[in-house]
Amino acid sequence: MEAQPEPQVQRLKRTPLYPVHRRLGAKMVEFGGWEMPVQYQGVIAEHLAVRGRAGLFDVSHMGEVEVRGSQAMDLCQRVTANDVSRLKSGQAQYSLLLNENGGTVDDIVVYKLEDDHFLICVNAANTEKDFRWIKENSRGVAEVENSSSHYVQLALQGPLAEKILQRLTQLRLEELRPFHFSFGEVSSIRCLVSRTGYTGEDGFELYCESDKGERLWNRLIDGGSDLGLQPAGLGARDTLRLERALPLYGHELDETTTPLEAGLEWVTKLSKESFLGREALLKVKQEGIRRRLVGLELVEPGIARSHYPILKQDRPIGEVTSGTKSPTLGRSIALGYVVREEAELGNNVQVEIRGRKVAARIVSLPFYRR
Amino acid sequence: MEFPDGLKYSKEHEWVLVEGKTATIGITEYAQEELGDIVYVELPEVGEKVVKDDPFGAVESVKAVSDVYAPVSGSVLEVNDVLPDNPETINDDPYGDGWMIRVEISDMDDLKDLMSADEYAEYVEQQRAEEEDEDQDEEEEEEEEDE
Repeated sequence: MEAQPEPQVQRLKRTPLYPVHRRLGAKMVEFGGWEMPVQYQGVIAEHLAVRGRAGLFDVSHMGEVEVRGSQAMDLCQRVTANDVSRLKSGQAQYSLLLNENGGTVDDIVVYKLEDDHFLICVNAANTEKDFRWIKENSRGVAEVENSSSHYVQLALQGPLAEKILQRLTQLRLEELRPFHFSFGEVSSIRCLVSRTGYTGEDGFELYCESDKGERLWNRLIDGGSDLGLQPAGLGARDTLRLERALPLYGHELDETTTPLEAGLEWVTKLSKESFLGREALLKVKQEGIRRRLVGLELVEPGIARSHYPILKQDRPIGEVTSGTKSPTLGRSIALGYVVREEAELGNNVQVEIRGRKVAARIVSLPFYRR
Repeated sequence: MEFPDGLKYSKEHEWVLVEGKTATIGITEYAQEELGDIVYVELPEVGEKVVKDDPFGAVESVKAVSDVYAPVSGSVLEVNDVLPDNPETINDDPYGDGWMIRVEISDMDDLKDLMSADEYAEYVEQQRAEEEDEDQDEEEEEEEEDE
């Protein structure tokens, strides 16, 4: 009997740097609908390179949504939880899109380019959802564009990032403070240069036109390899952000998770005028949250992974959202949600690792701070 | 990539060194390379029974956990005590210091299902070729689309 043809699987998207990754021998994996490099030399080597020197990441899978028009700021104020009115042109802000229940649609970075022009950097897997969400809520008052395909985004991260980038640009990087950005040329390629990142190190995120991306990558690598700059993949990006306790959408955050539970109360400016999710958050705040994101350190051998149960005296009290063996600290660390009553620091709990109960302790976050 | 002669290999990428009724078991160079940096190893206790084709332990990279399957049934005589504190030994020396367990084989017929070094090398080649084919197909499709 003849075999039925396999149903066509949705083809993965590739960034303009895909050929570079293949040439470098990267191991490619699926992430958020994209075929991305998870590692080149090895996750630990790349992780330590970023902590000690510098690493270069292709993060072009991240989406960009642009909001334009005289009411662009009003729209951003309405759909994001942080206070956009505090931003001057050239400043960026970590923020959240929330639904009416206070659940997290996405965690984002809002860049104020001009008074009437904002760029919102969103998670790859959420790009289409976020674009539609913002557009639907714009009620036509501002122009909303999904311009993700226009940009290559590279992240140059690590203590030597400034030194490396300064070799290639006239911008005065020492004057560019965290969560500030400038437009300028890097090796004659026009870029938005932002002092931001997702690794817990100093560093920059560079946005350029997508057809210039490969050249920018090559110039950066050439400009920094003598200082130990190396390509770094999503594997290292994940262990780096986890050590710094930065949330990853789909793990620590989702549509059923409020920022109050996730330790992101500082992002939600409940005192500003109405924004989507505000009423729900006020209610949650009044009633009290039921669970809280905590840091865990395993005190017996093992590695906690997403969805492993967290127990207190054999009774379930929560669930792990991310875990790994920390390459910097050499300890087994995890993030997870536990019921509020069990969330205090120092609490001795257990993580159930494939049927085995492993002792763990609730510790302060972040695990690593530079 | 090295697949030493004299070892037997499973489709799940374990190797077996048979000496009389004793089997020393580890994972192959191909397996360790696919996993990446190994940061944790879970092993059975001495005296435990392992069952052919069932998991007897696990190796974890920073990213993920993978079961390790018993290529033969038997009882565990010895486990590699170096691994809990030095799991990266498997990356560095998968066929030597990175061995995982020693078992007393309960049924020598289990060995018949295992591959020789040449057969395993071919098996790994096939698996890689399949991956390559997938990439090739995709690239061809893309070219068609471009036209």
